[in-house]
Amino acid sequence: MDTDSKSAQGLPIVVEFSGGLELLFSNQRKHKLSLPSRDGKGHATNMAYLVRYLCDNLMSDARQDMFVVDDTVRPGVLVLINDADWELEGEHQYELKKNDNVLFVSTLHGG
Amino acid sequence: MAELQGLPEEYRDMSLEELHREIRRMEQLIRLLKDKVELSEPRTSGPDTQDVDLHSTQKTETQTLPCRTNTARKEPGCTRSLKVQEYKRYGRQMIMPEVGLSGQLALKKARVLIVGLGGLGSPAAAYLAAAGIGTIGLVDGDKVELSNLHRQIIHTADNEGMEKVDSARKFLHSLNKEIKLVAHPYHLSSKNAVETLEEYDVVLDCTDRPATRYLVSDAAVIAKIPLVHGSALQTEGQLMVLNNPPIATASKKKGPCYRCIWPKPPPPQSILTCGEGGILGPVVGVIGVLMAMETMKILLPALRTNADESTRKGTPFLLYSAYLNPSFKSVTMRGARENCLACTTMANGRTLKNYGYDTFCGLSCPVNILPPDERMEPKAYRSISPTSGPAPILVDVRENTQYNICHIENSINIPWSTIREDPADAFQSMNKHIQHNGSSQVPCEICFICRFGNDSQLAVRRFREQQQKDSGLKFTCKGDIRGGLKAWREQVDPEFPDY
Repeated sequence: MDTDSKSAQGLPIVVEFSGGLELLFSNQRKHKLSLPSRDGKGHATNMAYLVRYLCDNLMSDARQDMFVVDDTVRPGVLVLINDADWELEGEHQYELKKNDNVLFVSTLHGG
Repeated sequence: MAELQGLPEEYRDMSLEELHREIRRMEQLIRLLKDKVELSEPRTSGPDTQDVDLHSTQKTETQTLPCRTNTARKEPGCTRSLKVQEYKRYGRQMIMPEVGLSGQLALKKARVLIVGLGGLGSPAAAYLAAAGIGTIGLVDGDKVELSNLHRQIIHTADNEGMEKVDSARKFLHSLNKEIKLVAHPYHLSSKNAVETLEEYDVVLDCTDRPATRYLVSDAAVIAKIPLVHGSALQTEGQLMVLNNPPIATASKKKGPCYRCIWPKPPPPQSILTCGEGGILGPVVGVIGVLMAMETMKILLPALRTNADESTRKGTPFLLYSAYLNPSFKSVTMRGARENCLACTTMANGRTLKNYGYDTFCGLSCPVNILPPDERMEPKAYRSISPTSGPAPILVDVRENTQYNICHIENSINIPWSTIREDPADAFQSMNKHIQHNGSSQVPCEICFICRFGNDSQLAVRRFREQQQKDSGLKFTCKGDIRGGLKAWREQVDPEFPDY
């Protein structure tokens, strides 16, 4: 898929889902992925790439709108990069590093 | 009796023996308190050192008083700040350096509002009442139902059908008669939320849907009080203290509100309630208990001196997951949002202005996609006469766990989730299942059913789509049972379990 020669180096990261989102990803909470370290245009692999990648490659449920709306994670899903809000880290522009942990949490409302 | 001026009423009629007993008890308590001060003084010294001295209000004095033999503190004729039975009742928490007498008095002075008396509100209310929060407001417009009791621990089977607010008051009153309970037997709305919250120092959001969560948060921002937020579903829970501090101080920025963290509501179709998704009692219970703890931390200033908290940027958000190891994870969320609607416009206007919370969050409408002639009433299905041939086979599309709890005899189970994910495979297995069970009259008739009559319609539509692609599906689909098993219970079988 990605022909960039650098992609062979690979960028190992861990992606986790919680709050019910795991149901969209084969009911598996933790996924170890190896992403190309550069996207197709030669830019460093960032969160925008990861979100697209998850939709295209990892999601087992056909209901994409349960995870992504308007090209970003839907309202109600919190994104944590190494346990910190991705809004503190630059959101889509955050460039993933080796062994980063990215957690997607669906907000719960029950009580 | 001039020398007895200031003696609390409860002592006036005590016998000599009772008085001696009280004196012994209090002396013991004071000894314990002094020991505790000594033990904790070196560790907790700092700007927020807890003042445990019963009478002195001068911090400098208490800090130079670690000596147990110092008798200068004894002030004859002093008045006691708590009733004598309160010393005993709260003794075990009061001897904690984090509480002390001043902390207990702070709790007694505090007014805490609990919105929602369900799985979160029940344990939170129980612990806060037991801890001696002086005034607890209770908001709920619902009545106690049998299906609440596995998790809503302050309500009892005897109180089924009672207003939750009254049931809660009954329990909390029997637990602690020293505190004031204020009943608000209504659902919060944009019309009454601000005036309700303004009477309190802290609010706990123990509600169960996004619209009320935005409402409680917005009102807390306007009323300028901290909000303790908790939520739970299935095996997971979440906890966060919001709007804390409610206004910026010299050392701390204003805390984010619910809208700062979640400016846009989730799409209605993504929301699962406890009634639909299920909930384990201890899961929601642990979050409710933690909400009580967070409330006490807000009210007890000494507990806030935690190096970890002061150096941490952002707002802690606690995630609990019963089946994960470790079960708890604390993550850091952003701070207040500069352009937050609640923190700017609403706070400045000091009103919710009849803000439409249901419109903002959207409503998940009941599915209505089948024409009327494809929907069969349960009693119409039941009255199909055996002489006119076999009734259509009922295909129950609930999840397998629910089907195993109860189902209509001779119905078969093809869960909607499996149909949605892979209709070809799901309907093929239905095909095999029906033929295997000896329904040899092919083509036979089928009719879909579910819990409430929503998923069954989606299943009918998906089946018709699949049938056009797959000529092997030789069924005649008669549509679905309108209103699902709920209507079945109402029209056909009142004994069918209502879970």
